[in-house]
Amino acid sequence: MSEMMTALQPLHLALLGIWGLLIAASLLVWALARSRPDKDYSELVQRTQSWWGMIAIFTAAFLLSRTLSIIVFALVSFLALKEYFSMIPTRRADRRVLFWAYMAIPLQYYWVADGWYGMFTVFIPVYMFLFLPFAMLLSQQTDGFLKAVGTLNWGLMLCVFAISHAAFLLVLPLPGAAEGSASGAGLLLFLVFLTQFNDVAQYTWGKLFGRHKIVPVVSPKKTWEGFLGGLATTTLLAVLVAPLVTPFSLLHAAIAGALIAAAGFIGDVTVSAVKRDLGVKDTGALIPGHGGIMDRIDSLTFTAPLFFHFTRYFYT
Amino acid sequence: MTRCLQYLFFLAVRLAVTLLLGLNIRRRELLPKDGPAIIVANHNSHLDTLVLMCLMPLSKIARVRPVAAADYFMRTRWLAWFSTRILGIIPIDRSGAARSRDPLAPCHEALERGEILILFPEGTRGQPEEMATLKKGVAFLAAKAPEVPVVPVFTHGLGKALPKGSFLLVPFFCDIFVGAPIHWPGSRPDFMTQLNAAFETLSREKTFAPWE
Repeated sequence: MSEMMTALQPLHLALLGIWGLLIAASLLVWALARSRPDKDYSELVQRTQSWWGMIAIFTAAFLLSRTLSIIVFALVSFLALKEYFSMIPTRRADRRVLFWAYMAIPLQYYWVADGWYGMFTVFIPVYMFLFLPFAMLLSQQTDGFLKAVGTLNWGLMLCVFAISHAAFLLVLPLPGAAEGSASGAGLLLFLVFLTQFNDVAQYTWGKLFGRHKIVPVVSPKKTWEGFLGGLATTTLLAVLVAPLVTPFSLLHAAIAGALIAAAGFIGDVTVSAVKRDLGVKDTGALIPGHGGIMDRIDSLTFTAPLFFHFTRYFYT
Repeated sequence: MTRCLQYLFFLAVRLAVTLLLGLNIRRRELLPKDGPAIIVANHNSHLDTLVLMCLMPLSKIARVRPVAAADYFMRTRWLAWFSTRILGIIPIDRSGAARSRDPLAPCHEALERGEILILFPEGTRGQPEEMATLKKGVAFLAAKAPEVPVVPVFTHGLGKALPKGSFLLVPFFCDIFVGAPIHWPGSRPDFMTQLNAAFETLSREKTFAPWE
């Protein structure tokens, strides 16, 4: 018992750090709104309030049990997939196929809970990939078949397969890690915290110093100043936090931080490109101040699988 | 006893609607807080009635009355019990067989009791996510109770989640657009023009993903 307590200590510290940051950010927003009553900060205030909710859910699941954390990620995948299907053009004939796609979620997260890596990694890219077009052709409607099966698979990969990598960190055996220094939970915390922190850091740097646009057609607010400022801040933070919750060496921590920052940026602009294509501003309205759930986890869809394989390659 | 069952039923419906569907409601504050009032909505799915009833506080559920076709909802004894006791529908005779009595009389009585009516003036669920012409029954109803506000509500997505003729519920986020209440303009044609215009505006508020 006492061994477990000492093993959990750094994680608790990290969680406390996140809450400290949240409180500091909330005070900053509050002070900002008070000092400039002429400006409208309602969206920023709403966004901060939503952060409280999200971090509370994440912390509770994290502290209560591993299974509950996996269920929370399954729920996130479900909400994201539902948002995606509600946003894209779909065919009436494919209702049943969409239902099968939803059914992939409990199965995929069951493989996660079971720690069955082999099935986890092939189930969607192989079995669902082959099964969905078959299920689709049964309706004998070939008009728009390719587009329908393509968009369906892409959504399943992004919302379910990619996100489930974050959850699999929880069950990842780490024989390469030094005794008691790290756990899957620490890695998940590292990934999610840095991914979300990087979003905020890139936004803040861009807001303060942004001048040179990167991909103006896709996302006019993304600038080199924001991207590089975020990359530097996130990498620095990764190096500082890594000894607490991960088995990473300093070099690996820096690489992981930079990887999360770069992949997070790419995930963000990829979902932006989808939104441009569909002509929508937000993917939904589930999270006040943020938009839909896809608007919040867009970066995570790219950082989760990449960070997972980085860790798995070097530490298992 | 049935009150209790109704309460439990709508509690379960609320949970299912929140988890499986997820509603994005615009201008919820325009919904009537108390009766008498008439909510008028487009009709695509059996889910419409349930979802509209979920928009009302659970404590008022017994005072929210969907107006529904007797020939469909009173087919069997069990269905009739469920329709009238749990859903709380006001059954309306569509056949016109009993011409001696105003078929809308039970609706007038409900309004007099201060209840909130839910009406689908398209008459039937029809083609999913397509609006049919509005029938004039609602104008007759409003004419007799000119002080009662008529609130137009446009829903999108429920016909995708559970269209007519299907038993498989496929989750989709649904949009609910509540319009400003229409007050009796003095004549039935004027009322219908206003109602049609309200739905026209509400349905154009967002560009929906194609579904064919």
